[in-house]
Amino acid sequence: MSAQAVLFDAPGPRARARHRIFGVVGALVLLALLLLVVRGLANPENNQFTAQKWAPFLDPETWTSYLLPGLLATLEAAGVAVVLSGVLGVLLGLGRLSEARPVRAVCGVLVEFLRSVPVLVMMLFVYYFCIFVLGVLGDTSTFVGVVGGLTLYNGAVIAELIRSGVFALPKGQREAGLAIGLTPRQTLLTILLPQAVTAMLPSLISQLVVILKDTALGYIISFSELLRGGTTFSTVYGNLIPTLIVVAAMFIVINYALSVLARVVEQRLKRAPRTSGPVGGGAAPTVPGLDAATQVGADSGAFR
Amino acid sequence: MGAIRTLLETYDVPAAFWMTVKLTVVSAVGALVIGTVVAICRVSPVGVLRAFGTAYVTLIRNTPLTLIVFFCAFGLLNTLGLSLASAGSPTEIVDNNFRFGVIALSVYHASFVAEALRSGINTVPQGQAEAARAIGLGFGASLREVILPQAFRGAIAPLGNTLIALTKNTTVVATIGVAELAYLMRGMIEFNPSLLYAIFLLIAACFVLLTLPTGLLFTSLSRRLAVQR
Repeated sequence: MSAQAVLFDAPGPRARARHRIFGVVGALVLLALLLLVVRGLANPENNQFTAQKWAPFLDPETWTSYLLPGLLATLEAAGVAVVLSGVLGVLLGLGRLSEARPVRAVCGVLVEFLRSVPVLVMMLFVYYFCIFVLGVLGDTSTFVGVVGGLTLYNGAVIAELIRSGVFALPKGQREAGLAIGLTPRQTLLTILLPQAVTAMLPSLISQLVVILKDTALGYIISFSELLRGGTTFSTVYGNLIPTLIVVAAMFIVINYALSVLARVVEQRLKRAPRTSGPVGGGAAPTVPGLDAATQVGADSGAFR
Repeated sequence: MGAIRTLLETYDVPAAFWMTVKLTVVSAVGALVIGTVVAICRVSPVGVLRAFGTAYVTLIRNTPLTLIVFFCAFGLLNTLGLSLASAGSPTEIVDNNFRFGVIALSVYHASFVAEALRSGINTVPQGQAEAARAIGLGFGASLREVILPQAFRGAIAPLGNTLIALTKNTTVVATIGVAELAYLMRGMIEFNPSLLYAIFLLIAACFVLLTLPTGLLFTSLSRRLAVQR
C-alpha cells in the first residue's frame, strides 16, 4: 500500500466539511500548544525573546570562536568515525561470511556484543582507557573516546548491513562466480561485495545521520563538539535556550540534507538497477534464514 | 571474577539496573502511544494533521537525543517552570530528572515508532483497505478494524529494533543525573580506575542481558505474528 489516499475515499461535500472542521480544530490545538510554549519562554522573569539573548548570534565572533569550531569538531569526529567504522564493518562483515567456522563464530559474537552495548558505554570505556591505561589526557582522549565509541558500534552495524546485503543477492550470483572458476573468496570480493554495498548504499548513508547525531554524546565526556561549543558560549551570555534552538537547527539541517541524499540515491538505484539484488525499501523479498532484525535494518537503516 | 564481586559488593548495581529497566519500560509505553498518534496523523485525510505528523518525524528524528534531553531538562523544567514532581518533597529533584528523562526518551523514540508503524501499514495489501472502504467503513473504522491490527503485526520487527535502541539510549539521561547504568559506570571508573575492564564488562553484560532476550523475543514474535499472505 503505497499511497495513503487508499485509506479513505475521495471526500464528498460532507466529508470535506468534516475534514475542514478537524483541520481547524487540529490547527487550533497545535497553535494553543505553541502559544503556551511561547508564553512560557517569554515569561517576564526570564524572557527568552529579548534582543540581548539573540543579538550575540549576529556577532561573527560567536560563530568563529564557538559554533563553527564545534561544528568542525563534530564533522571531524563523524568523518573519522565513518571511515574507521567502514573499515571495521567490512572486516567484520567478511569475517561473518568467511568459510572458516572459527572466524565466523568469533566475528558473529563480536558483532552481536558490540551491537548490544550502548554507544555511550563504549565511549566512556575508550575515553577512560585513554586516560588511565594509555595516559593520554585532554583533547586527544575525548576525541579518541568519541571516535572509538562510534567506530566500535557502527562498525558492527555496517557489518550486519553488508552481511544482509550479500544474503539478499540471488543465489545465482555466487554460483556463477564459482562456475567460472573463481575461488569462494574471489567470488565474495569481486562479485558479491560490490553489489551488496551498492544495494545497501541508502542504508549506509542513513547510518551517517546516526553517527552525526551520536557525536553529540561526546558532550558527556566533554569533547568540544557543537553542543559543548554552544553551551560554553551560552554561559557567557546566559542564553542557553536560544543557543540550544540554534544548535538543534544546525543538526536538523545537516541531517535532513543527508536523509534527502539517501532518498535520492535510493531512487536512482531503483531507476537504473545495476545490481540484481533488491534495492533499498519495501521491495526487499523475505530471505529465509535471515533474521528479521537484519532485514528491517536493510529496510529503513533503522539501527540507532 | 574477584574484581566483579568487589564491585557488586561496593556499588548498588541492581538499583542502577532496575532504573534502566524502569526508564525503558515507561518510555516504551509513552513512545508507543505518541508514535501511534503521530503515525495516524501521517496517514489521515486532514492536511493539517498530516503536515504535523511529517514535521514531527522530520524534526525529532534529525535532532540528537542529547539535545532533546537538554530541552526537557533546561527548557521545560528550568525555563518554563514545568515541574512534574510535588514541590518540596524530599525526592523532588530525583523525581523530576527521572520524569523528564522519560519524556525526552518517549518523544524521541515516538518518531521511530511512527516510522515503524508506517512501514507496517505499507505491508498491508491495498485490497484490504479497498475492501474496508467497499463495505462502508470510514477512515477511523477502517484503520481501527482492518489496517492497524495488521500493521502492528507487520511492524513487530522494527518495533522490536526501536525497543532495543530505546534500552541502549536510556544511557543518555545520565546527562541529567538519573542514576542508571552509565551514570553508575562513570562513578565506578572515577573511583576505581584500576578495575576499568571489569567495570566495562559488568555494565556491558547488563545491557547484553537486557537487549539479547528482547531481540530474540521480537524475532520469534515477528515470525509467529506476521500475517500470512
